Amino acid sequence: MSLLEVRKVSKKFGGLTANEDVSFSVGEAQVVGLIGPNGAGKTTMFNCVAGYFPPTSGSIRLQGREMAGLSPEQSARAGIARTFQIARTFTSMTACENVMTGALLVNRHVGKARAAALHWLRFVHLEGQADKPAASMTISEQRRLAVARALSIEPRILLMDEVMAGLNPSEVREAVEVVLAIRGLGIATLIVEHVLEGIMPIADKIVVLDRGRKIADGPPAEVSRDPVVIAAYLGDE
Amino acid sequence: MKPTTSHPLPVARMSVAAVALAAALLLPLLVTNPSSLNLAILALMAAQIGVSWNIVGGYAGQVSLGHAAFYGVGAYTSTLLLMKFGVNPWFGMLAGGVMAAVMSIAFGWSCFRLRGHYFAMATIAVAELVQIFFTNWEYGGAAVGLNLPMDKEGWAWMNFATKLPYYWLALGLLVLTLLVNFAIERSFLGYYFRAIKDEPDAARSIGIDIARYKQVALAVSAFFTAVGGSFYAQKELYIDPGSVLSTSLSIKMALVSILGGVGTLSGPVLGAVVLTVIEEMTRAGLGGTGSGIDTILYAALIVVIAVFYPSGVVGSIRSAALRLSRRMRGLPADTGAAATAERSAP
Amino acid sequence: MTFDILLQTLASGVLIGLIYALVAIGLTMIFGVMDIVNFAHGEFLMIGMYSSFWMFALFHLDPMLSLPLTALMLFAFGVLLYKLLIVRIVNAPMVSQIFTTFGLMILLRGLAQFFWKPDFRSIENSFVAGSFKLGQVQLGKPQLVAGIGAIVVTGLIYFFLTRTKLGAALEATAADKEAARLMGIDSHRMFALAWGIGAACAGVAGVLLSTFFPIFPEVGATFILIAFVVVNLGGFGSVTGAFWAGILVGVIEVMGGLLLGPEYKLAIVLVLFLGVLMWRPQGLLGKA
Repeated sequence: MSLLEVRKVSKKFGGLTANEDVSFSVGEAQVVGLIGPNGAGKTTMFNCVAGYFPPTSGSIRLQGREMAGLSPEQSARAGIARTFQIARTFTSMTACENVMTGALLVNRHVGKARAAALHWLRFVHLEGQADKPAASMTISEQRRLAVARALSIEPRILLMDEVMAGLNPSEVREAVEVVLAIRGLGIATLIVEHVLEGIMPIADKIVVLDRGRKIADGPPAEVSRDPVVIAAYLGDE
Repeated sequence: MKPTTSHPLPVARMSVAAVALAAALLLPLLVTNPSSLNLAILALMAAQIGVSWNIVGGYAGQVSLGHAAFYGVGAYTSTLLLMKFGVNPWFGMLAGGVMAAVMSIAFGWSCFRLRGHYFAMATIAVAELVQIFFTNWEYGGAAVGLNLPMDKEGWAWMNFATKLPYYWLALGLLVLTLLVNFAIERSFLGYYFRAIKDEPDAARSIGIDIARYKQVALAVSAFFTAVGGSFYAQKELYIDPGSVLSTSLSIKMALVSILGGVGTLSGPVLGAVVLTVIEEMTRAGLGGTGSGIDTILYAALIVVIAVFYPSGVVGSIRSAALRLSRRMRGLPADTGAAATAERSAP
Repeated sequence: MTFDILLQTLASGVLIGLIYALVAIGLTMIFGVMDIVNFAHGEFLMIGMYSSFWMFALFHLDPMLSLPLTALMLFAFGVLLYKLLIVRIVNAPMVSQIFTTFGLMILLRGLAQFFWKPDFRSIENSFVAGSFKLGQVQLGKPQLVAGIGAIVVTGLIYFFLTRTKLGAALEATAADKEAARLMGIDSHRMFALAWGIGAACAGVAGVLLSTFFPIFPEVGATFILIAFVVVNLGGFGSVTGAFWAGILVGVIEVMGGLLLGPEYKLAIVLVLFLGVLMWRPQGLLGKA
């Protein structure tokens, strides 16, 4: 049994079907990319797994435990962490305080949370900016801060929503290193991504969605040669 | 420009607090004129309810414009317990606080799923309802109000012949409320409240049950607001819906924090002092309450602060101090707002 | 309770409800376009009432004649308010937005009280004074005219929004600001327009009210509260929603007053409000 099992999940909004019968799995410490042309339903699927939308039907299991329909905070406590497209760091706080707020889930004691926060800041190479107000950090720094904050709740799986968008090549490389380091910690990642050159080289598995359905599921090399996938992307031009 | 709240100039914060406390303790020695002392008491009372409001409005970001409901519940609970059952006002004050905290649960359960503006509107509606209830409740004195008995005197019964004991009590309540606020700020609650205010969805993503913690903030805030209401009743010895449940009282509670700086400890205190001074100056200087000039002045003040100085007096002072210290160290004055561009995306 | 009384109450409820609808339409438009709740909306109504009063008292201009003038003045005032003040807080934190319009509310009330004194005023013997009987139901002429006026103005607004280019642009901005901007629609112009129309709606409601309702500085207070309720019931941003919800609230208010006593009229509406907030926060007619 895999860490995360998504089975036949559909999500409808009134008359609009965002996801239809999608199934895939994420194994322990795996890096799984979720890709697809615009409007494929990636972010909707993502939000279903993270607890922001309840799926219309289907099941989402984390280590066998049913997650579908749980609230975002319940999902987080169960071990699913996530980042957002806009970093959404806590702007009234410093970088360290941002991560502390997450670490407090593991340990209510403020002193211990601070120590944990510094540890995670070091992990994303932001330890020098610990006391900097989050609001004054660059976009790339804020994204890394959000990752540190998400990791501080000690999840089993981290969902990352377009973490590489808008970054320059060296920043993309840094992001890739962080993802690999997370895998090194034994935490699985499910990454929604448009920047294919970032995700394809490092993913253990790629899941491709198009117009709400899954059209491919396999190792990156296979998926990138799959004619159905190529057609879906070309059709989007 | 949001002020940082972690350890900016902690020595400065502590010394300011120490000086302020010393000044407050020494004040009665210098000010013996009863009406001036009363003014000081009013400032302390305004500060105490401002600090209470700030817990939920400033720190947790849930802007309540109906907080007078809790004030009134506190005042009426302790007063009715005293008048009808002979209950000691100290216990009555505690009971009033508990009553308000319990009431806040019903309130939070129904209204917290609303965000921002809708929540503010709901709070106005609830406060109106509470006021209508008390205005028509015969047992509670209805519109005529209640006169508190003056027979028992002394600290045991919270009833004094002179103003001075009320000053000490008001100061004590303010310090107590500030200490609780301080303890919250330094604990995990402080971080959770700020997270809820800044980014509720991100807060949920790190396991924070925002409904529960908003409720905690509201209950604590309601408790201390009600305590303020009980004190008012004991001091004035007369309460009616107009004096303890009015919308203008709700406005004042929130204004005191907005003026001084939401989400800070000293903000409401400073705001209360400024507001009390303005009220007194306009009342005395411009002759009579009928003219309403003091209202116009502090309404203009609200608008100016809300538009130009959203972090209040304290926030502006902190930003200025921060800029000054950076300049003195040879750094550029502004720490940059590159990230804020991304944030203002809809 | 006889059928006559019921019918009478229903009629009064509908008529006052139409006024509530008009006020609420202005409020919901501003909200729909820019996500800001204008706490000072009741004051536009108050200013409309005073405008009508002074033109009647000083220039003997009947409210029905001075109505277009007041509407234009309030439109200009709304736009001015936007350009001077509101534009600065469009992207400000929510606390700032709430307090700006809230402060404005207190400021306008204070100014009205200062310049025009707190005394209650009324307009007697205007063109529409008097009453008449429609079957078994006694209707005040001012109330009837006010109701009709509200329907006409609502109709005009609806026509504007659905049949004109400018109205479509406004609706587009309300639906999706960014998309509208990409199509070349200037958000700031739309916001200013929303404020102008919103203020004008409330102002016209004020003029219509001035023929039978007392005029005093705090008159906006009850109406803003009721307007909130109506906007919420009808769905934030929905003009048709506000129209029907307004009538509903008017009827419930008057009926409730009949059943429980006039001092509880507002309480009933507020309980309804809180009830709807709890069970269907998007409003009776809104989308989830």
